[in-house]
Amino acid sequence: MEIIEMLYKLLPLVQGFIYPNEIELHWGLLIVLYPYITGLVAGAFILASLARVFNVSEVKPTYRLSLLTALAFLLVATLPLLAHLGHPERAFEIFFTPKLDSAMAMFGFVYAWYLMAVLLLEIWFDYRADFVMWSKTERGLKKWFYKILTLGVNNISAGALELDEKIGRAITVIGIPSAFLLHGYVGFIFGSVKANPWWSTPLMPIIFLMSAMVSGIAAVMLIYMVTQWLRRKIIDMKCLDTIGLYLFNIFVIDFSLEMLDLIHRIYEAEESFDIISLMMRSNLFWTQFVGQILVGTLVPISLLGISFFFSAKPGARKKLYFISSILTLLGIFAMRWNVVVGGQLFSKSFLGFTTYKLNLIGAEAYIAAAIAVLPLFILAALLYLLPPWEEENR
Amino acid sequence: MADMNNLSRREFLGLSLKSIMALMALGFPKKLLAMTGLDGYKMEEHLWGYGIDVDKCIGCGRCVDACKVENNVPDEPFFFRTWVERYAERKGEKVEVDSPNGGRDGFPDLKNKKELVKSFFVPKICNHCEHPPCVQVCPVGATYKSPDGVVLVDPGYCIGCRYCIQACPYGARYLHPKKHVADKCTFCYQRITKGLEPACVQACPTKTRIFGNLKDGNSPINKFIKAKKVLVLKPDLGTRPKIFYSGIDKEVR
Repeated sequence: MEIIEMLYKLLPLVQGFIYPNEIELHWGLLIVLYPYITGLVAGAFILASLARVFNVSEVKPTYRLSLLTALAFLLVATLPLLAHLGHPERAFEIFFTPKLDSAMAMFGFVYAWYLMAVLLLEIWFDYRADFVMWSKTERGLKKWFYKILTLGVNNISAGALELDEKIGRAITVIGIPSAFLLHGYVGFIFGSVKANPWWSTPLMPIIFLMSAMVSGIAAVMLIYMVTQWLRRKIIDMKCLDTIGLYLFNIFVIDFSLEMLDLIHRIYEAEESFDIISLMMRSNLFWTQFVGQILVGTLVPISLLGISFFFSAKPGARKKLYFISSILTLLGIFAMRWNVVVGGQLFSKSFLGFTTYKLNLIGAEAYIAAAIAVLPLFILAALLYLLPPWEEENR
Repeated sequence: MADMNNLSRREFLGLSLKSIMALMALGFPKKLLAMTGLDGYKMEEHLWGYGIDVDKCIGCGRCVDACKVENNVPDEPFFFRTWVERYAERKGEKVEVDSPNGGRDGFPDLKNKKELVKSFFVPKICNHCEHPPCVQVCPVGATYKSPDGVVLVDPGYCIGCRYCIQACPYGARYLHPKKHVADKCTFCYQRITKGLEPACVQACPTKTRIFGNLKDGNSPINKFIKAKKVLVLKPDLGTRPKIFYSGIDKEVR
């Protein structure tokens, strides 16, 4: 058995004393991906709602792109969980026979609510008029595809469109707390595990939420720039600057919260502090201190800051935004890694560490890689079928 | 009795029917009894508790072995329903803890014995908490606390999400490598409901492990709790363990 072979390889790498059942690290790369992906969904959606609910007209060019990005990632959000289950064929028990006081049991409902009641409806109402038009102008298979998507509602009178707009707005208003719920809730899954001092903090949901917004905004920023370049279109600098400013502000809040959590831990120095500080200085040095804090947070925040305070030229700003968004996405991934994997490296005896080696996890690494790139293909298909570009639609 | 070699159809059917009825009369009611608890075991009259007298443990590991054999726990040194830890404190040094193969094969000799301040063994097992965090987090209710206070897993229902393993503060759970479901100590439920002791208790040569019904004032566990000053592990987490330790030191978690 593959797992047993891997555990035998890990056995000599154990440092100090850990409970014998703790050699296997149970939530690995796949479960790192899960909060990362749901975070991108929530963040992208919140950026979209800025345009719609808060009337931030500057980010309008990315409104539909944000929605489609959220959808592309939401569609795969459950895959890492499913792939990780010991009995994936029993996954639907979570829906059919949920245990209501389990944090995890509620995820299915929160997810379904968000996908079905919020995101799909909002996209449908926003695109409905386009579906009707495309079903008339397109040919062949595409024509039928759009015809089906209209769901037989072909009224595009001014009154009908106004109603679409109203309903769409209402859904977005419901959608914002839903997006908060979706990701804050993912934070709660970790934050409510009292057995684990690295996870157990009431700040966890809010930190997850803030970092979700950071990653989602950075993702849409990057996708917007890349798609404009690929389509040889001009980047709307007003839009990009506004997104950059939001990214900067939320990132500062996110980082402050994380540092608050860290300072709190250091100052209180509870029973678990010795092992946790040792972990941060050794096992997590590269992924947390270097990857997450330095390269993934301080550098992008500084780059964004430079572009604002020194009013860099558009060409330079684009470069700064481009680099910042990539570093931000890496930084938030590192953050998810440090939370999920870090929380399992140290023993609950607080006397030692197990290890997690990507080269030893075998198939999980390939499955995770496939799940990580899948949303990009889905997004490409969505962009092809539901072009979100302003200049062509309006 | 009809001649067995020349049965008529009527005789054959009659005999078959009688045989089935006889089998049912013998077997079926027993099953029924077991299902209703009428075979003698009354769940509501029991609340199982467990004591560990650390001063008596010699680290022989018979309990770990007995558990693995009785419950078909995978042999590899990564899966334990119970295990034994050794604590060794030397002059001016941090306490050293080990548990090679869960203590199943006993322990190798300690080095630098002259420097040794003290050393002792601590058997570990699922705490069958009154407020089990593993039960709280299970998304489908596959792990549950039975009315007699035993925390169990339904292997036909567990989806293998491992949330319970994360939630257990004591490292008492593992994912079964073949069944792909969470697995843990059951107090040998198959034995205790028949009036037997758990395998680890029976195998212990020094009576380190004490087991019994907390609802029975004269049970060994109640006598142990009355006679000794007992502690539970990680009481600050509010899990209310039902494994009571006598003689553990400050380093034990």
